[in-house]
Amino acid sequence: MQFSHKIAGGDFSKAGNVASAVKKVLRQMNIDHSVSKRVVIALYEGEVNVVAHAYSGVIDVDIDETRIKITISDKGPGIADIDQAMEEGYSTASPKVRENGFGAGMGLSNMRKNSDAMRISSVPGEGTIVEITNYTKPDPEKNMIIEDLGREPFVKELR
Amino acid sequence: MKITDIISALDLKVISGKSGLSNEATGGYVSDLLSDVIGNSKEGQIWITLQTHQNIIAVASLKDISAIIIVKGFIPEADTIEKSNTENIPVLGTDLDTFNITGRLFELLKKE
Repeated sequence: MQFSHKIAGGDFSKAGNVASAVKKVLRQMNIDHSVSKRVVIALYEGEVNVVAHAYSGVIDVDIDETRIKITISDKGPGIADIDQAMEEGYSTASPKVRENGFGAGMGLSNMRKNSDAMRISSVPGEGTIVEITNYTKPDPEKNMIIEDLGREPFVKELR
Repeated sequence: MKITDIISALDLKVISGKSGLSNEATGGYVSDLLSDVIGNSKEGQIWITLQTHQNIIAVASLKDISAIIIVKGFIPEADTIEKSNTENIPVLGTDLDTFNITGRLFELLKKE
């Protein structure tokens, strides 16, 4: 199953709508609760990132029996230093965004923690693409491997 | 403990989301940072916060939070109220600050 949602930068009133829609789809498909919970957290954070930082974005969702792959592509300022952006607590959010309880610098790290694989590519001045994949069958062994890879579970692709 | 029992025990005001009042609270979580709540709260917890904008409902809904308590007599915005009604998440109010309402809720849930 594949579908896409467009999101507008700066529109906090709709932040979370895509995550909410995907949550419903995953529920209908009887995806394991422990899997869908992580997908929804990662997606919500990605959605908020676009609203808080970018001008516009597209979220592509691709679900098959084995995995849920979500690609969040935005037109925006991009990320010059991905390592720094991944650090918990590092944020470039505006005071207005922070007043609303966002901008704690936990978005990308929450995405990393709640996905089985994550890839980021970004061009400063153009935009950012974040791809997160979660496997539909929580395999205890696989989960252990994923935890072992926890130090470096994402691939940076600087174009 | 049922949300309705917590409301009467702590003298909370029901602001909206009445259809969720039979929700069961499994514990509590206190934070004003949405990413922290998204990352760390657990299903069924009551969330205590000073935030009043509609994004708290989105977060609570995604995390299956049982109810939100808004502190210090703050009044949530109209779209927060509307969203809480459609998402069936009770928004409750107290005049107490976060420290005091959290202490009371903790004592109450500890008895269970």
